[in-house]
Amino acid sequence: MKKKNTLYQILAIIIALIYMVPFYILISISIKSPMDTSSKWIMPSYIYLDNFVNAWNKAHLGRALVNNVIITVIAVVATLVIGACASYPLARYKTKLNNFMYTLFISCMIVPALTILVPLYKFVVDIGGINTRWAIILVHITFSLPLTIFLFTGFIGSVPRELDEAALIDGCNRFQIFFKIILPLLKPITSTVIILVGVGIWNDYQFSVFFLQKRDVATITVSLSQFFSQFQNDLSYVAAGCIIGMLPLAVLYMALQKYFIKGLSDGAIKG
Amino acid sequence: MAIQDTNLTSKSQKKTLQKSNKSSKITSSTAMLNIMYLPALILFIVFIFYPFIKGVAISFTDWDGFSQGYNWVGLSKYKAMFSDPKILNTIKNTLIYGIGSTFFQNIIGLAFALLLDQKIRGKGFVRTLVYLPAIISGLIMGYIWYFFFQYNGGAINDIMIFLGKEPVNWLENGRRAVWIITGVNTFQYLGVAMIIFLAGLQNIPRVYYEAASIDGASSMAKFKNITLPLLMPAITVSVVQNLIGGLKLFDVIMAMTGGGPGYATQSLSTMMHSLYFSGQDAGYAAALGNTMFLIICVISISALKFFRSKEVEM
Repeated sequence: MKKKNTLYQILAIIIALIYMVPFYILISISIKSPMDTSSKWIMPSYIYLDNFVNAWNKAHLGRALVNNVIITVIAVVATLVIGACASYPLARYKTKLNNFMYTLFISCMIVPALTILVPLYKFVVDIGGINTRWAIILVHITFSLPLTIFLFTGFIGSVPRELDEAALIDGCNRFQIFFKIILPLLKPITSTVIILVGVGIWNDYQFSVFFLQKRDVATITVSLSQFFSQFQNDLSYVAAGCIIGMLPLAVLYMALQKYFIKGLSDGAIKG
Repeated sequence: MAIQDTNLTSKSQKKTLQKSNKSSKITSSTAMLNIMYLPALILFIVFIFYPFIKGVAISFTDWDGFSQGYNWVGLSKYKAMFSDPKILNTIKNTLIYGIGSTFFQNIIGLAFALLLDQKIRGKGFVRTLVYLPAIISGLIMGYIWYFFFQYNGGAINDIMIFLGKEPVNWLENGRRAVWIITGVNTFQYLGVAMIIFLAGLQNIPRVYYEAASIDGASSMAKFKNITLPLLMPAITVSVVQNLIGGLKLFDVIMAMTGGGPGYATQSLSTMMHSLYFSGQDAGYAAALGNTMFLIICVISISALKFFRSKEVEM
């Protein structure tokens, strides 16, 4: 038994090392001077911070970060509000119509956004939404809603009906039941939704690359990809940009890892 | 026997639950509540259903993507697709990205989950680390691995030179590049499968293993007869999720090869992008989008049906 455990321990250490390698290389490149052609595996004995300054200025990462925050926060909050409201009648009053609506909404989960890219792009052009934040926010909300509604209806379904009935007797109407009784109970599933939806929107590239082509509205991924095509030969700059780009979420994840892992596995199991 | 018993109680519980559902009255005032899903419905109609129908229409035209005029060309865009070697290769790549990474993610993810379910020091840290790539943008992850595989000064070629071998242009060979991208996607989202499996493993009651031990079952027999069947719901979720993710792979490809060399590593997603924006053939791109939709639906729904049928009730 003891031998087995040592073996497991060694395997776990090897896995950890393998998963650290990409980040080790990334850091090594990002703190090396662009002139330094030594092996990527050797950490330099100096830190060349100009890479970060360059990436920050030339990839306009400051503005990109602000755009990311604005788009993600508004889209996540709106998704939560619209999703929670929609889930209540769907979970509580299962009429034929509502069952149909539920199936319709949930089936959108399987439609990969990219398959309707051509008509969606044309539509956003027609309504003057290219290079605006509101259009991408609306698109993000729409494609985050199916999963959100799925998780919320599942959760509301598990809330005992007796609560509703008690509130009805106390003179609440159905809307008040939702806002006063159901909504406060949704906290645990809400953190799951925030994490699942928030990470997706923060990291989005597939929509942003089409809808946010101007520098003023570009998000981190779009700015980085423009930066990469411009400075393909100065990988130290790109590496520094990658670190700046992934840092906000990575730090948040490290700080709140318990919530992240719980939220993500809850979302997956119920998904 | 134990399994059957719990099965029965859960079924009878469900029945009583259903009864109580039906007994609650649906009055006309509750129909008013339906306005609560109106905002969601409007968003779906405007940004999903309407574009979807529009996309089917566009795929029957030769619209170039920006001018006003277009002609109806019927099914010719679809016919052209199946005699276009570029597209056929793209479909093949998409299947490799989708099915290949699903296969590896689940096999390795399950192995990791089984390992990290043991009594090991620092297993929380290892889980956190394995999951970390999944919360980083696919684009950034693609760039990081580009630093490994690039020809000039790539981290892997640094090793080749250190070992006294010729550096290799890893991404120049399309077939190899497709598998490298599959590997990167596997690496990035392995943690998702692992977390799903870990949660599944924790749901399996310890008593089953204890009973099996008393009966003298080997650990292989325990895995085959207890762990695997009871893990089936988790496997279903993980497989379907990974399939959908892999079949629509976009950002990693854009970061590592941009679909090149030539068209060798294009997936349906990236191909649509280049047909629409560089090729200016919106009709063709729309036809490709609809085909991609069909492929993803057929594969993920049949995978869902297949794995669901293997599930047993706990």
